[in-house]
Amino acid sequence: MGTIVIVGATSGIGSAAAGELARAGFDLVLAGRNMERLTRLGSDLAIRFGVRTECLAYDALEEGAGVRLYERVAGLCDPEGLLVMHGVLPDPAEVNRDPAAARRCVGVNYLSVVELVIPFANFFEERKRGWIAVAGSVAGDRGRKSNYLYGSTKGALDVYLQGLRGRLAPQGVHVLTIKPGLVDTAMTAHMEGPARRIMGSPERAARDIVRAIRRRRKVLYTPFYWKYVMLAVRLIPEALFCKLNY
Amino acid sequence: MKLSGWGKYPVQECLVFRPEGAEDIRKLLAELSAPSLITFGMGRSYGDAPLNGGRRVVRTTRMNRFLKFDGETGFLECEAGVTLDEILRVFLPRGYFLPVTPGTKSVTVGGAVANDVHGKNHHVDGCFSEHVRSFRLLAADGSILRCSRGENADVFWATVGGIGLTGVILSVELKLLPVETAYLRVRYETAASVEEAFRLFQDREDGHYRYSVAWIDCLARGRSLGRSILMRGNHLAREELPPPVPEPLAVRPKAGWRVPFDLPGFALNPLAVRLFNDLYYAVHARKKEETVDCERFFYPLDAVEHWNRAYGRRGFVQYQAVLPDGRAFDGIVGLLERISASRRASFLAVLKRMGPANAGLISFPLKGYTLALDLPVRDDGLFGMLRELDELVIACGGRVYLGKDAVLTPESFRAMYPAHERFREVLRRLDPNRRFSSSMSRRLGLTAP
Repeated sequence: MGTIVIVGATSGIGSAAAGELARAGFDLVLAGRNMERLTRLGSDLAIRFGVRTECLAYDALEEGAGVRLYERVAGLCDPEGLLVMHGVLPDPAEVNRDPAAARRCVGVNYLSVVELVIPFANFFEERKRGWIAVAGSVAGDRGRKSNYLYGSTKGALDVYLQGLRGRLAPQGVHVLTIKPGLVDTAMTAHMEGPARRIMGSPERAARDIVRAIRRRRKVLYTPFYWKYVMLAVRLIPEALFCKLNY
Repeated sequence: MKLSGWGKYPVQECLVFRPEGAEDIRKLLAELSAPSLITFGMGRSYGDAPLNGGRRVVRTTRMNRFLKFDGETGFLECEAGVTLDEILRVFLPRGYFLPVTPGTKSVTVGGAVANDVHGKNHHVDGCFSEHVRSFRLLAADGSILRCSRGENADVFWATVGGIGLTGVILSVELKLLPVETAYLRVRYETAASVEEAFRLFQDREDGHYRYSVAWIDCLARGRSLGRSILMRGNHLAREELPPPVPEPLAVRPKAGWRVPFDLPGFALNPLAVRLFNDLYYAVHARKKEETVDCERFFYPLDAVEHWNRAYGRRGFVQYQAVLPDGRAFDGIVGLLERISASRRASFLAVLKRMGPANAGLISFPLKGYTLALDLPVRDDGLFGMLRELDELVIACGGRVYLGKDAVLTPESFRAMYPAHERFREVLRRLDPNRRFSSSMSRRLGLTAP
């Protein structure tokens, strides 16, 4: 089995996906900010599944971090796939008012992903083999007044990945846009009320992701029913939608 | 969120937090003005040990990573939220079992230390803590203490059996038991009375067996009082396995049962339990020896998911006491007679031998015999009877197991655990601002209300 690079491996879904991939027998390169947590995750997966794990520091806000990470990975192994799971869900009150905070969110959720994907895409394109899976969000399907900056970063990713998909398809490299709905992780821990009841588990999301990668799917909504929810949401005329309270 | 222990009595409203690691718990502790917290692992204690009514509870489900494993020595280091079940799933196929295991594998390693759990082999292998080399504890002031018999030893022995009051156990270093197969040879013997059961436990043959336990029919009265089935076993080596067993370290998963909802209160009435007990005795009385897989021998009840629902919505209390050698026989006869006379049905009455106490300040076992049984909470008369049982236990110099307790009074607790004052001293030193307390600690008078 080959090696897979997971960026944002300590995120709720990211660590669950790391578990599923390790269970399938893949060696892993885990990248993120918190080396202590990454090492704990890496040791756990190595012990449970007998795979090799390597932990690398990566901070999405550091300039050039994406290229540096690629170079370190290239020095370690011949990666088979890249899973990008890092992201931040900011407090809307903050990012709606403060351009610097908004810039940081865009930097982490959109810019850093683009900067990271470029060298890996080039590498896979040349080898004519590999895959890239990136965490978008259902929030990227339509701008809602409750979290439009976050949504816009994910919407921007969606469009970027659509184009990338077209570019890489002839080389046999596939691109998956993962669109989680509400999943029970640290990102959504602050939510209460009805939102809690419909949350999916990160383990289920991880299984869906690994299955989608295997089947070379292009877009994955997890849990699946969000596809239909967002279809309906996208159909609501703008004149009506902007009056809705959510 | 409404939480309860396994007995579903009591049920209390608690604020639940699920930290990813020590840093998150530190943040909680730093809020000095906020109420106390206690750790809740899998919630398999029967009573209120992991509950904190109206206050905060720390769930360790996300702190469940394996950290290190040394194949040469068999030492495993893992986060405290790892369950014994997970350890077995990963390590039994590699030839390791748990040196000590309670009757369910759905408990966390942290919980196993905090209750200093024991199994069917206490008289041979001691408690869970006997096989713990060290653990890391997050104390009230945010510091992380490495505790072992040689380092922070006073904190080690206060934490072992200390029901979570010294802090949050973060990770544990545990020695696993090498085994060649997942099977045991089990020998069955019947005893027509308590006297006979005791005689069997005490005969010289008993030394050959690592594991021994007796199931007791506590509804039988008079001469049949304490008629029992004694089950004793040892791990099987590979060459001892009777064919055909293609994979000696694998246990085939069996179709489990499930109790889908709380049964109505009358389901476990004396007649139903009488029938069950008669059937159980009849089935097992005919067996002599058997090869049993470890799942069936150690965890028969884990096969029935939510078996605690059989006791209905009012839940049940499990009463487990240990009585010292010398007084044990009379004490157990006294307990059985009292329970039998009350006609309060109990399926699972279990008698085990215990070895000497360890240095855990409020750790349960001491050298003698322990009796454990379930009693449904049908009416308030139960509590009066339990207090009588407590008095009998105290009079014999024994004590009640906190991991199962839901009703002990502060006076009884103090009488049963003479080292309680030393325990309190360690708590005062470690936690002067009372950041850790639980419904149980308040009930027992270990912490102020």
